[in-house]
Amino acid sequence: METLYFLQHYWWAVVSLLGALLVFLLFVQGGQTLLFGTAVDEEDKKALISAFSHKWEITFTTLVTFGGAAFASFPLFYSTSFGGAYWLWILILLLFVLQAVSYEFRNKVSNLLGRKTYDLFLYLNGLFGTILLGVAVGTLFSGGAYAMDRMNITDTAAATVSYWTNDTMGLEAITNPFNLLLGITLFWLARLLGLLYVINQYSGCEERSALLYRCKVQLKVYPVAFVLAFVLFLTVLFLRTGYEVDPSTGYISAVKYKYFLNMTELVWPFVLLLAGVAAVLAGLSGAMFGKPSGWLNRNSFYVTGAGAVLAVWSILICAAFNNTAYFPSTASLQDSLTLYNSSSSEFTLKVMAYVSLAVPFVLAYIIMVWRKMGRRVSSKGGKA
Amino acid sequence: MILSALIDASRLQFALTAMFHWIFVPLTLGLGFIIAFMETRYYLYSKKEGTENQQKALFWKKLTRFWARIFAVNFAVGVATGIILEFQFGTNWSNYSWFVGDIFGAPLAIEGIFAFFMESTFFAVMYFGWDKVSKRFHLASTWLTAIGANLSAVWILIANAWMQYPVGMEFNPDTARNEMVNFAEVVFSPVAMNKLFHTATSAFMLASVVVIGISCWYLLKERNRDYAVKSIKVAAVFGLFSALLLAYSGDGSAYNVARHQPMKLAAMEGLYNGGKGAPLVGFALLDPDKERGDGEDPYLFSISIPKALSFLATRDFNGFVPGIEDIINGGYTYKDADGVERVAIPFEQKREKGLLAIEALKEYNRAANTGNDSLKMRAAAALEENFGYFGYGYLESAQESVPPVALTFYAFRIMVILGGYFILFFIAVLWMLRKGCFNAAGRKMKWFLYLAVASVPLVYICSQSGWIVAEVGRQPWTIQDLLPVQAAVSGVSASNVYTTVAIFFVLFTILLVAELKIMFSQIKKGFEEIK
Ligand code: HDD
Ligand code: HEM
Ligand code: HEM
Repeated sequence: METLYFLQHYWWAVVSLLGALLVFLLFVQGGQTLLFGTAVDEEDKKALISAFSHKWEITFTTLVTFGGAAFASFPLFYSTSFGGAYWLWILILLLFVLQAVSYEFRNKVSNLLGRKTYDLFLYLNGLFGTILLGVAVGTLFSGGAYAMDRMNITDTAAATVSYWTNDTMGLEAITNPFNLLLGITLFWLARLLGLLYVINQYSGCEERSALLYRCKVQLKVYPVAFVLAFVLFLTVLFLRTGYEVDPSTGYISAVKYKYFLNMTELVWPFVLLLAGVAAVLAGLSGAMFGKPSGWLNRNSFYVTGAGAVLAVWSILICAAFNNTAYFPSTASLQDSLTLYNSSSSEFTLKVMAYVSLAVPFVLAYIIMVWRKMGRRVSSKGGKA
Repeated sequence: MILSALIDASRLQFALTAMFHWIFVPLTLGLGFIIAFMETRYYLYSKKEGTENQQKALFWKKLTRFWARIFAVNFAVGVATGIILEFQFGTNWSNYSWFVGDIFGAPLAIEGIFAFFMESTFFAVMYFGWDKVSKRFHLASTWLTAIGANLSAVWILIANAWMQYPVGMEFNPDTARNEMVNFAEVVFSPVAMNKLFHTATSAFMLASVVVIGISCWYLLKERNRDYAVKSIKVAAVFGLFSALLLAYSGDGSAYNVARHQPMKLAAMEGLYNGGKGAPLVGFALLDPDKERGDGEDPYLFSISIPKALSFLATRDFNGFVPGIEDIINGGYTYKDADGVERVAIPFEQKREKGLLAIEALKEYNRAANTGNDSLKMRAAAALEENFGYFGYGYLESAQESVPPVALTFYAFRIMVILGGYFILFFIAVLWMLRKGCFNAAGRKMKWFLYLAVASVPLVYICSQSGWIVAEVGRQPWTIQDLLPVQAAVSGVSASNVYTTVAIFFVLFTILLVAELKIMFSQIKKGFEEIK
């Protein structure tokens, strides 16, 4: 039992870490929204495309792996959320399908839809893909209108174990203000990271100075917008009532300020959060006020990104640790999902834990390749 | 009624998206290795002194880069369609995902960690890295892209094989789920190994046919002759080699099917009444009015090879092969997975056992809730005894246990007949290469060039047919004998699913058309402006 308890928490931490890395990697999505408005001509667009063109696959693959890891470690969550918040997930998937072909197709002659359409795909993916992912993550706190009963499997005429109790099938999550706030916060973060990345890639590049200038102007707005939205989000989150499960009986009850208590009772997520916020603030101030030659200015993308990973990780951990119901059911509270009632078996989690030891190697070769490939992209933009 | 509409919609969606995905996947799997081989030639020549070697190096480099472009366009759509497949298990087969996530989810997650990252990271180097990294590192990246792609096939096929032949797991009545107890058994199951082998070689063969087809188009247009002939040479050797292994592994597939999914085999052969020394149907037209139990001959006309089916299925010319009726009526003897002789039980008895298992699970749960330990023990024992037929409890009639016969039957014929054709095709290509038929003087062979171009769509049909045999032939099971489709679907309404089917169909069709247009224009451009 001890081992199972450990593994359930270990896997939640791993899935959360994947989620946090995904948030950082959404800088690609944020950057794609610069295609309209910030980029004024084809040269600008080419420059943006070439900056992101060998990065987007990693973001995409992280999303895919996040799904796979959730499937393997918390199958009941995977089936309840995907099978119930159907339209929310389908919309997200469609937006990512659009992205997957656009980088490759936009530059090709006879690409059927024309370059503008593929740019629009990238823009839609960048804007709505991030917002909707934020909404989906928001449901970890705001919950979903589902009912779940394992014994349904013994009903041969209607065997589905968990199902949504409304007809909007996940669309309602988009209109929930809390989820939307998280979505918008996430988008602003992605946009901000996208800006920092473009500046990082092209600083000192004469031909792109106009584009750079337009990005830098936005650095006066987005950091402020993001920080305000984030503070608002944290405030709302900490004031929220969460749900606690009694591990011995599985009984679930409401607890005021549950997520704030999780931070303070566990302490280390709080430390992670503070460290993350400090790094984000340092990175942003480095970008906004630092000397162009200073270390913090040159590395603000990485510092801000690392801060975002820590902060998001801490928040996701607090969604489930400390006996919290991580996906509350708004239709039937006692059916809510917790780490204990939704995980895979001990054996599977153990096998997967060995597999997860490979993750550092994967990270290492990705970083190695990025560095090798990282020579500044030529001002002409990428390859045809 | 409502449930059946939902099942139809969800199946349609799965079939549609999986088949779209499979248009792009095999080319990725096979072309990756062809490119890696070409780049290796480039690398080796580039290390040698002398202008002649340098010229050869340049030649191979251009070949590599040309095929890499084709690869990239195809790859993009493969990725785009793949993400839908993965999440679709959750969105449309949620009960399935919950019931077996323990076993099925693990390979999928491993695929992400080991294969997809490798593939996408090194693909970026392969495609964008020519002027950025050393030749050696580039070559390694190309190989790693090909290996990564094939690794992703490994894991998904292990998962798929497990659904056809579930091993290495136990049912846990406390959680009402299947739990993995032996990872090695899942990974190294004979069905998984054979499936991997068969699918990988089918992909290699498909890519070889595509390379030959495109090259022959150049020959028809009298362009890029040297490049085309070299490409044909590489692909023909790789293709023949793969096609032979493919036929060998296809025989292994059929043997596995006979052992573990007799109903699928019966459908593949249109075999209603089995027997000893059963003949293998080479080609036949099925009687569309044939119904189970009407005693009519299922074939309007047929050409068969005596006793071949018995040999194929049991490795004994006089072995007994059960037909659909036999499987439903039971009473024949067969060897189970451990080689023990058993008498087959009729469908009705399987269904009873399934219902007993489901009832025992209910009982177990009730006993657990009331703390009645002795009842719990009894229920657990009853459940364990009957669990092998758990899924039959959901079926209402024997007919539900029969897959669509005609589709399975014809798809199998198409695959095997074309498989034979392609072996001859590669032999012919190799023979003509030897005779120099593709050289400037070889214009007499124009009809063959047309044939080669026409073979490209054929190989795609062949490959899709393979999956139709495997997947349609196992209906109604998502997990063989344990979970039929009606117990696997999500609680979504049929109209919602039909809407997503329509969206996917339109979107994927547009992407396919765009891909083909780009592909054709890349081919038209040819090798001229490649550096
Ligand atoms: C890992 C699992 C897996 C894999 C690799 C595939 N399938 Fe599959 N397939 C299923 C898992 C599955 C399933 C989830 O189990 C379905 C859905 C309903 C069902 O009974 O089986 C199914 C159904 C299904 C059907 C519908 C059959 C019917 O309704 O009569 C078709 C035509 C295919 N598949 C075709 C394919 C193709 C062309 C694939 C090649 C990529 C493929 N499948 C790969
Ligand atoms: C139904 C089961 C399947 C699922 C859920 C699935 C899932 C996926 C996903 C999510 C991707 C995109 C990965 C990325 O981020 O790059 C992908 C791509 C890929 N898949 Fe599948 N897949 C399935 C079937 C198959 C089969 C049967 C094979 C091969 C035998 C295969 C081989 C590949 C390959 C080689 C790619 C790389 C991209 C490309 O196709 O060009 N997949 N798959
Ligand atoms: C030459 C003789 C061949 C034989 C005897 C043969 C036999 C089989 C059998 C029995 C299956 C079903 C396996 C199952 O249900 O699990 C199968 C599946 C399949 N076949 Fe073939 N096949 C042959 C040639 C080919 C060719 C030429 C291709 C494609 C180019 C091909 C592609 C496939 C694919 C993609 C599958 C699905 C994957 C799998 O289940 O292994 N096969 N084959």
